[in-house]
Amino acid sequence: MKIYNRLIMTLGTALLLVSCGQQNKSSNGALSSSAAEKVYVAPGEQDEFYAFMSGGYSGNLTVYGLPSGRMFKEIPVFSQFPTSGYGYSEETKPMLNTSHGFVPWDDSHHPDISQTNGELDGRWIFINGNNTPRIARISLSTFETEEIIEVPNSAGNHSSSFITENTEYVVAGTRFSVPIPQRDMPINEYKSNFKGSLSFISVDPEHGHMDIKFQLMMPGFNYDLSHPGRGKSHGWFFFTTYNTEEAHTLQEVNASQNDKDFIAAVNWKKIEEYVNNGGGTKMPANYAHNLYDESTHTATTTMKKEVLTVDPLKVPGAVYFLPTPKSPHGCDVDPSGQYIIGNGKLSADLTVHSFDKMIAAIEGEKFDGEAYGIPILKFEDVLAGQVKSGGLGPLHTEFDGEGNAYTTFFISSEVVKWKLGTWEVIDRKPTYYSVGHLMIPGGNSRKPFGKYVVALNKITKDRYLPTGPEMEHSAQIYDISGEKMELIYDFPTHGEPHYAAGIPAEILAPKSKKIYRLDENKHPYAVLSPTESKVVREGNEVHVYMSTIRSHFTPDNIEGIKVGDKVYFHITNHEQDFDVPHGFAMIGQNTSELLVMPGQTKTSVWEPKQVGVWPFYCTDFCSALHQEMQGYVRVSPANSNVELNWSLGE
Amino acid sequence: MKKASILMIVGPLFLLGLYIFPLWSIMLGAPQYPDPLGLNIHISGLKGVSEFDIQNIDGLNHYIGMQTLPKANEMWEFGAFPIVIGVMVALGSLIGILGYLNKLSYKWFLGWFLIMSVLGVLGMYDFNEWLIDYGTNLDPNAIMKLTNTDGSPMTYKPPLLGHVKMLNFDVTSLPASGAWLMFAGMMLTLLAAFLGWKNQKTVKSRS
Repeated sequence: MKIYNRLIMTLGTALLLVSCGQQNKSSNGALSSSAAEKVYVAPGEQDEFYAFMSGGYSGNLTVYGLPSGRMFKEIPVFSQFPTSGYGYSEETKPMLNTSHGFVPWDDSHHPDISQTNGELDGRWIFINGNNTPRIARISLSTFETEEIIEVPNSAGNHSSSFITENTEYVVAGTRFSVPIPQRDMPINEYKSNFKGSLSFISVDPEHGHMDIKFQLMMPGFNYDLSHPGRGKSHGWFFFTTYNTEEAHTLQEVNASQNDKDFIAAVNWKKIEEYVNNGGGTKMPANYAHNLYDESTHTATTTMKKEVLTVDPLKVPGAVYFLPTPKSPHGCDVDPSGQYIIGNGKLSADLTVHSFDKMIAAIEGEKFDGEAYGIPILKFEDVLAGQVKSGGLGPLHTEFDGEGNAYTTFFISSEVVKWKLGTWEVIDRKPTYYSVGHLMIPGGNSRKPFGKYVVALNKITKDRYLPTGPEMEHSAQIYDISGEKMELIYDFPTHGEPHYAAGIPAEILAPKSKKIYRLDENKHPYAVLSPTESKVVREGNEVHVYMSTIRSHFTPDNIEGIKVGDKVYFHITNHEQDFDVPHGFAMIGQNTSELLVMPGQTKTSVWEPKQVGVWPFYCTDFCSALHQEMQGYVRVSPANSNVELNWSLGE
Repeated sequence: MKKASILMIVGPLFLLGLYIFPLWSIMLGAPQYPDPLGLNIHISGLKGVSEFDIQNIDGLNHYIGMQTLPKANEMWEFGAFPIVIGVMVALGSLIGILGYLNKLSYKWFLGWFLIMSVLGVLGMYDFNEWLIDYGTNLDPNAIMKLTNTDGSPMTYKPPLLGHVKMLNFDVTSLPASGAWLMFAGMMLTLLAAFLGWKNQKTVKSRS
């Protein structure tokens, strides 16, 4: 036995030596010591970048640090979140209102950070809800969702939410074409009857408030992904399309027949001018606009009843189609704005269009026919070059600002680095496994921060300790500061991150809010001093105006509540100290707890069904006396005449 | 004597800094307060180094039964100190002007310095008395009643000067910018007295 052990040890040592020797050649992601140093953020130190990763089917947005891969926060966006009470508290329920009623979930895909002059400015981050089409705006000082606007006439809000270079618009395109307006009709009459809408949502430069400026009514293709022009191509927007076959069933096969689909080039400046001069058709619609007010800590829903639609044929020169091989998926524009990259997901090659050539072709009116009246440019006339990658299934491309592009290949599971202009492949590294999007901080802006690229993979398999059939998705970080990419870390991500957006920490960290000011709290049920605490009965509704501070609720004894009452606990956290939230939970409540930040007011509803004396307590370990932070509510029979009474310390 | 008198006029003016800058500061750092809480002591009242520090210090201190920090109108000192400083500044500069006009001798300069020093020491004594009361006059119903190893009740007097480890807190008490300005001003008046004395000696030896 001893000999056997020694043999194993010897073998182990030999293997170790071999693997050390091969360190530089290693392509299987073995963790070399230099890689460990690159991702190691020592205790007490902080990461260099924020990474915001979409949650996919979690409906939320997660915040990570790079290069450590540590998760800092999950920001609830489109999904109810019992951790904080988002979508459960009276104040935040309106955030999830839609024309279909309360929708407690969505599929969040593509975050994009606000820009000024094509550079990240870190004011807001936008993200799309794919399933029930919505766009959300999240504040990057509170890291909370502030606004959600529903997108009418859209279905599968996928080519979203990408912003123009001065955050003039956040753009949302439809994946599914649908009857517009919606009506009862046979599905097999899809062709030429269904439409695809591309929505340009204006963003107020001061408050960020969103409003649909216009919807472009395009032919019934699938609009897959998009990106804005920048620099010289600012004013244009590019959308990849597939299913130009307009198949309505078995798209897997039927939408993959055309050798080339299109990238739609939209001159939104031209359409904006047309609309500003009274162009477009107002169409009845019904969609929700949900706005959260930081001073009242409350969201409100407004149902909008009209949307302005634009027929592209009415605005000459507004839209052109650029033929692009094999159902292109990602649509990416390089930092200079010159190259538009179509990632033909069923091919091996990348197609790069030239903006200058596109303009020349348009000016020369060199068209290769039209589709539903929209001119098609000649493939050869707009082509800048093709990247003969040797990979399979290109999906998305990001840029490092040094003249290089990085493209993910889903089928061959790799990231390929290539050079803009010469189209030569410089390096390729495997991913684990089947990478979707990739992200370089600022990698789709005029000023990328080309130090790391994160590959966001779809398949995890054996990368981590097994956790049953369902696993988190894996991500890999590569150091791209050198000529060759170096895999330096591998970490699981929450939900299914599709796209992500990164930004240097020095832009965001200094303006991250620490508390809400109590003296700026305008919530109608806030109590600004514990002496204002009270309990008010209005028929069957009882409003408890309650305050919290370490380590008690005011009041903590309430009597005179009756079975059948609807009790609203309006809780104001009186702390003005960083990172001292208080929680609230009532036994038997048919909702989640609340987590109330310093200076904030949140409301929880309880409908007591049983007579008794029922406790509530603070759910956040707030202080040494957290376990003492509790109270009782006496519930009497519906016909009782126990007087309403409340107290603390009596 | 002219040079000495100018110093004597200027020196007391440095004390005007006390109307703007804090005299003393007490910083409280702890594992859960990597950005320490801080208390700035001005001649006219107490202020938090950050906006909500006073509220947060009071919030923490209630566990061990300490009183809340006094508001400006709760201590006579915050009314009296600004007046005393104002009078001393006016008096000092007036002495300087009269010295410049050769109406007074350098001994007045020294006299002002000595009075100011006595007032300073009295001020420190008074401040220390308050610290003792603040740190030892505890609520008998305090949430946490801690004892020293010898069984005596633990008290929480912050140091007058220097650093003390108090439970989980590192408490550091140091003169602040206002005090340094006062110190510099007083040194100028001492220098004025010295120059005046030297000047008189040379005048005397010449005559």
